Amino acid sequence: MTAPVTTAPVSPAPLIEIEDLSIGFTSRSGATLPILRNIDLTINEGETVGLVGESGSGKSTLALAMMGYLKGGLRVLNGATSFRDRNTFELSTQELEQIRGGELALIPQNAGQSLTPTLRIGAQIGEALKLHSRIEEADCPARVIELLSQVRLPDPEQLVERYPHELSGGQQQRVAIAMALAGEPDALLLDEPTTGLDVTTQAHVLELLRDLAANTGTAMVYVSHDLGAIARVSDRIVVMYAGEIVLEGNSRQVLRTPVHPYARGLLASIPKLADARLPVAMDGRPPSPGGTGAGCAFADRCALAEARCRAEQPLLQKAQGGQTVRCHLQEEVAHLAMPASATAERTSIPDRTPSVLDLDDVAISYARPGLLDQILGRQSNATPTVDNISIAIRKGETIGLIGESGSGKSTILKAIAGLLPTKNGKITFGSNEALHSNVDKRSNDQLRRIQLIFQNPDDSLNPRHTIAEILAQPLRLYFGLTGDDLRARSEELLERVRLGAHYLERLPSQLSGGEKQRVAVARAFAADPELVLCDEVTSALDVSVQAAVLELLKQLQEDQGTTYLFVSHDLAVVRALADRVAVLYQGRLCEIGPAERVYALPSHPYTEVLLGAVLEPDPDTAPVLTAEDVVELSPVANGCSFQRRCPRRLGAICDSTTPPLQSDDKGHAIRCHIPREELLALQSQDHAQGDATSPRLTQPGL
Amino acid sequence: MIQLLLRRLFLGLITIGLVSGIIFVSVEALPGDSCTAFLEREAEGKRLENCRNDLGLNRPAAVRYFDWAGRALQGDFGVSANGTKSIADMVGTRLRNSLVLALASLIIGIPLAIFLGIVTALWRDRQLDLWISTIAIFAMTIPEFVSATVLILIFSVWLGWLPGIVIAPAHAPISQLLPEVILPIIAISMVMTAHMLRMVRTSVIEVMASDYVQMARLKGVPYWQMVFRHVLPNALLPAINVIALTVAWLLGGVVVIEVVFNYPGLGRLMIDAISDRDLPVVQAIALILALIYVGVNLSADLLTMIANPRLRTLHTRKS
Repeated sequence: MTAPVTTAPVSPAPLIEIEDLSIGFTSRSGATLPILRNIDLTINEGETVGLVGESGSGKSTLALAMMGYLKGGLRVLNGATSFRDRNTFELSTQELEQIRGGELALIPQNAGQSLTPTLRIGAQIGEALKLHSRIEEADCPARVIELLSQVRLPDPEQLVERYPHELSGGQQQRVAIAMALAGEPDALLLDEPTTGLDVTTQAHVLELLRDLAANTGTAMVYVSHDLGAIARVSDRIVVMYAGEIVLEGNSRQVLRTPVHPYARGLLASIPKLADARLPVAMDGRPPSPGGTGAGCAFADRCALAEARCRAEQPLLQKAQGGQTVRCHLQEEVAHLAMPASATAERTSIPDRTPSVLDLDDVAISYARPGLLDQILGRQSNATPTVDNISIAIRKGETIGLIGESGSGKSTILKAIAGLLPTKNGKITFGSNEALHSNVDKRSNDQLRRIQLIFQNPDDSLNPRHTIAEILAQPLRLYFGLTGDDLRARSEELLERVRLGAHYLERLPSQLSGGEKQRVAVARAFAADPELVLCDEVTSALDVSVQAAVLELLKQLQEDQGTTYLFVSHDLAVVRALADRVAVLYQGRLCEIGPAERVYALPSHPYTEVLLGAVLEPDPDTAPVLTAEDVVELSPVANGCSFQRRCPRRLGAICDSTTPPLQSDDKGHAIRCHIPREELLALQSQDHAQGDATSPRLTQPGL
Repeated sequence: MIQLLLRRLFLGLITIGLVSGIIFVSVEALPGDSCTAFLEREAEGKRLENCRNDLGLNRPAAVRYFDWAGRALQGDFGVSANGTKSIADMVGTRLRNSLVLALASLIIGIPLAIFLGIVTALWRDRQLDLWISTIAIFAMTIPEFVSATVLILIFSVWLGWLPGIVIAPAHAPISQLLPEVILPIIAISMVMTAHMLRMVRTSVIEVMASDYVQMARLKGVPYWQMVFRHVLPNALLPAINVIALTVAWLLGGVVVIEVVFNYPGLGRLMIDAISDRDLPVVQAIALILALIYVGVNLSADLLTMIANPRLRTLHTRKS
């Protein structure tokens, strides 16, 4: 096994130097609150550095400060940052404009919103070229096309004429990369460049960035909350917590044997594909700006903390394996074993358990008939968004629905909740209770028994209602509770989600993201439901918080025998929670089966592609990229929905015929024309041929 | 996009059709008709019947509606209730006069509003912005008849620079009208500019805070290039529809101003026609106003579609 990333120059010359930098803002009460505290960091030429931390750790602020840019209200409190020995914050506007986009380029978090909507792709890249490269005006168009092909975009000649909104998320991100490369920068700052992309797209974009770093020798500062992505691209990892650098070291050391307790906790809280157990949650939450006392910022959440940790701020010091760490107890930490999950393997749900909900050949379509069609009573014959879905959900189990964006996961949840009409098929609840497809026509009891938890608690909790009012609604509606009973039950619910009764009088805005999601969970469980639909419930949360919410959901299920339908784009999260998984592609079911079998023996080519693209916080794993990362638009392909991207495509039969369902006696089924045994044989053949650490990139065509 | 446009056009036509129906029915619902108004106290017995026969008023309402609408389509609004003048001629000159007033106000108001809106947004919360924004809020809240009266008091009564009322007859050539309408134009454009300015300001500020403007800065784009290439095209898009709404408001605002300045425009004609109970004229004016309203909104939609790549490329390309 080789180190994940190319080697740095032999005698590295510093490119970006940050000395004792503190950045903060003035609060309404007049106090100065620091966002970044005493940062010392050097980025050498040709080096790739990963900056990792949870939301609020100050990592983006630090990256932007390297370009001499501060977001509104922020100011430098102390220290300096320099680029090639020039103090960035003392440069004139002209000098800054020269450096930004020229020697130092940014690849933004959300390329879709960072490209100007009224300018064509060609014009936006051309603008960067004209500002920062010396090539002749006449050669610009050719160079733009060259840049677009360099980031492996198909049909660059056509693409220059497009507007940003006509591109998929992955394409937009590549355009942003091409734009950054226009000025032939010495360093690239990447601010969460793959957050929000699908797994396969993310893996492809990261491979592209790795290749660029290797071929051009550009230094990279990679900012992300995702240790999996960081592991893939960085030589060196810097871990930030509450505006401070707490750990710095080479990638392998930091990922394998970090000497800071926060980094250890963070690693342990990340769910892993190979591990069916729940990740270990970290208690507490990071201090808010200015909320750190005299001691270590992490002391309140640290299991090892002693009196010294609370009294005395630790300094950065050298530690084992060349790491630099801010911890008084680093030597003790180094000798501790990595925290491991304590939860036992789950017991499987017997096949004959009666089902709670039966989806029988369900089809859902977003297309609404036009006025004329309604008058004439015509049925719209558009291909349905979701089609041919049959899943029986057994009592007490967790079914994971996985797939990329647009795969119809949330659509299915909405249809079950009665928020979207089905076009075909039927949904049976309990033994044989037909569920009306319109939520208004369902009985109160049916409503109570099916509850929904949304992705973002900021949107799903009414910001003007106190937690007491939020919890009272289902309790009053379904059980007619009032007065003391209501209060007692609300308190009990809060206890169950591990929030105290004192939260009742608070408003959602006074809670952290994890706490809000706990309230959302409590609200769902207030109805004493049989089936809880979870729509990306942990996607908006930081990993350490995510682990705690997963643990809570698991606990509630064990206590109450609740059934979950759990939708997530994060395959590792689903692995940690689900008994069975269903893989969806473009609204069609590809594979369904017991989680351990689907993850261990992914048979359908799409499942194989999907699982191959997952990034793990491990320096020794590499994604296996077999299919092109092209986002398909409607309409869905005829025959097999995956045929246009399938690396194992047979031929005409895939275009014309919907593949049959092949199932085995373990309840593991796939929809593919190729027999299962043959698919598995093909996979082992591939593994034998290729080195698993070097991803095989196929030429991304259209 | 063509499809979208055709749909809008179709909806516009339906709107006008409905409006014409509503105008007809509501005029119909008023007590009395053109004959009772014209004949006044003598409106009884044989006389009334003859008059109604002459004007065709005793035919069924539906027949009269289609007769009226059909003629209106050809630009023939009939004759006014006192039976002498052709409504089309009468309304035509008045419409021209009102358009002179409205267009002049727009030509001054729109560029001024856009310019000031951008200036106040770019120098947000500075002295200049505070002054302009405060004045704009005053201009928005004071009703136009008050500001018009104050303008007359200052510029015509005290300073004697400009005429306080319009004395030119309705059919006077534009060259004669223009010098007399300076004060009305100022009064109208003040309110209009204030409304649009606030909108443009908000829109520019919003775009300045967007990710793509931050990206442009971090790409090293010089400030003014960023403003003109990245900010303005995006900030002025939503302004188009606000301008359309303002123009529609202008139709109503013009009535008051015309009365204050005694200007021979459509608005004053309507007020006169209402007090004279000259129902055919009221109908005609209402229909014309509805047409202008629909037309303005349709052109705003069209303009937005041309200017907004998101709408322009709708249905034409898929990646």
